[in-house]
Amino acid sequence: MTMQPTTAQKLWMYEKMVTSRRFEEAIARIYLEGKQPVFNMANGPIPGEMHLSDGQEPCAVGVCVHLSAEDVVTATHRPHHQAIAKDVDLKRMAAEIFGKQTGLSGGRGGHMHLFDPAVNFACSGIVGQGLGPAVGAALSRKMQGKPGVAVAYIGEGAANQGAFHEALNLASVWKLPVVFVIEDNAWGISVSKMTSTAVPHNHVRADAYAMPGHRVENNDTLAIFAVAGEAIERARAGDGPSLIEIETSRLAGHFMGDAEGYRPNGEKDALVAKDPIPAFRRHILETGEAGEDELLAIEKAASKAVDEAIAFARHSPDPEPADALTGVFIEAKPQGADA
Amino acid sequence: MTTEVKENERKLTIARAMAEALSQEMRIDPRVFVMGEDIGALGGVYGNTRGLLEEFGAERVRDTPISETAFVGAAVGAAQDGMRPVVELMFVDFFGVCFDAIYNLMAKNTYFSNGSFRVPMVLMTSTGGGYSDGGQHSQCLYGTFAHLPGMKVVAPSNAYDAKGLMTAALREDNPVVFMYHKGLQGMGWLGTERGATVHVPSDPYEVEIGKAAIAREGSDLTIVSVGIGVHHALRAAEQLEGEGISVEVVDLRSLVPLDREAIRTSVAKTGRLMVVDEDYHSFGMSGEIIATVAEHDPAMLKAPPARVAFPDVPIPFARVMERYCLPDADKIVTAWRTMQLRERT
Repeated sequence: MTMQPTTAQKLWMYEKMVTSRRFEEAIARIYLEGKQPVFNMANGPIPGEMHLSDGQEPCAVGVCVHLSAEDVVTATHRPHHQAIAKDVDLKRMAAEIFGKQTGLSGGRGGHMHLFDPAVNFACSGIVGQGLGPAVGAALSRKMQGKPGVAVAYIGEGAANQGAFHEALNLASVWKLPVVFVIEDNAWGISVSKMTSTAVPHNHVRADAYAMPGHRVENNDTLAIFAVAGEAIERARAGDGPSLIEIETSRLAGHFMGDAEGYRPNGEKDALVAKDPIPAFRRHILETGEAGEDELLAIEKAASKAVDEAIAFARHSPDPEPADALTGVFIEAKPQGADA
Repeated sequence: MTTEVKENERKLTIARAMAEALSQEMRIDPRVFVMGEDIGALGGVYGNTRGLLEEFGAERVRDTPISETAFVGAAVGAAQDGMRPVVELMFVDFFGVCFDAIYNLMAKNTYFSNGSFRVPMVLMTSTGGGYSDGGQHSQCLYGTFAHLPGMKVVAPSNAYDAKGLMTAALREDNPVVFMYHKGLQGMGWLGTERGATVHVPSDPYEVEIGKAAIAREGSDLTIVSVGIGVHHALRAAEQLEGEGISVEVVDLRSLVPLDREAIRTSVAKTGRLMVVDEDYHSFGMSGEIIATVAEHDPAMLKAPPARVAFPDVPIPFARVMERYCLPDADKIVTAWRTMQLRERT
């Protein structure tokens, strides 16, 4: 019997997906300010690279619905949906993406380096490099006898990184409470999974490390919920790590400004037609678990939260430029174990 | 001198001193654990984890697969989650397979998170050549690590400092790269600089990270070095003393933070600066130390500064070639003679 979400869990997942999508839409709009007609990444209120997560929301919510603040998530260079599903403070996250003083890290990190200790959320902008830290966090919990699992998100391209194979092996050898989640959007920037990966799907690689490997097709929120729930339960029970590969869709380009000329004709349209958020909305209406009014209220609340976060970011002050020189090291003397 | 205590003398090798610091801290701090290749039953290839497995068991003294990316990365994750991991990178030369975990995660997450994540971990790694191990097992790479912001870097020249720096590193809230020179470890099979094996108090103590020591006082020439270079400098100083030259030897002990004040104070006194560095000549520690003085007040220098460093070539295998390249006391004396000539002209 596969695991089924409660109505409350479904509505939570829907709310987070909508929040994430509204957030990305707002970021995309503001990102282009100052970048038109000539696109220069350095200009506008949000400079730098921008990797949007439109379409990949089910991977975030279907996994994170099983987590609480104490659980650890290491995220990727495309982290917004994962952060929102992990309940990272939306205002401070937006402010960090804008590079503001009120941001999660006072503007030192930016959109690929979101850190929120309150919910144990961290990122790395380098492909596959959140894997080791997730294994270490799981080791820490196991050694301390503390509850909590670690989830390492990666893209399908990262499964060809040495870090992936080292981390899976280590987690399995030490039987650690980790779940490795691959968001397979089929493209590593412009190189397709087909041309870069020796196996059709990466979940089979779990066999090499003596752990369960699951594949979820069709960006299916409910199927992700079931598979992730099982893997997380297994990790919590002390039975070791699992690997999950989710077929998802990257509805934005690799980064903003990516013309995506490498995609076959029609591929993008087909993906948009299968947008997981309207699909999940229809599902909720069909099962009668919520009515139109209730979903509209959720959508309105999500938009409001995003608007407030964006306004907070826009109206926050820039950091003091010279503060760039602070924060490299923790200055205070630490507390000893016996202090 | 850091080690003048004579009563109840208890001489330890650097390897034993490191192991003692680790075990003493592990007794009082359950967050401290060690992982790396061959650090369990073997006690570390260089002996610095000997006895730990027996005392603390395999849970806290973890032999790892040969997966540096995974276990250095795991140390970052464990440190961020409240542990105090100590990881061993068997040879510093191996950093190439795991540097992302070191310089992009370990060193940067504190800054990226504005201090809301802490990475209190010690990365200990062996450095140095002189025993024909070839160019992938003999480097120092001090400058590589010290160049990149976010990690403290220490390199002791003797067992007293090794224990104190290790204890300080284990109590530090920042990542510390602990670079120990193979030629100082006291492993019989490697050949050991005797001067590194000194009295070590049995009680725990800290040597402040970022504070240099004056290994020998003098008034005519300041030699700044670290690790085994300090011993070459001391030997050269003795030789030059016979010629009436008084050499001051500054043992940096830490590269990050760099004790620029100690360097400038010494050069203000002697007026002459030489840097001895087993790391590569260019773009490294030796240039940084000379810049420390030159930017501050070049008028302090009575002669152009000199450096005795490893030439900018991969480390050769053949004994005669490697010796030709490695700094030693004779090369320091020769460099002093050149300095004198340049001072007169």
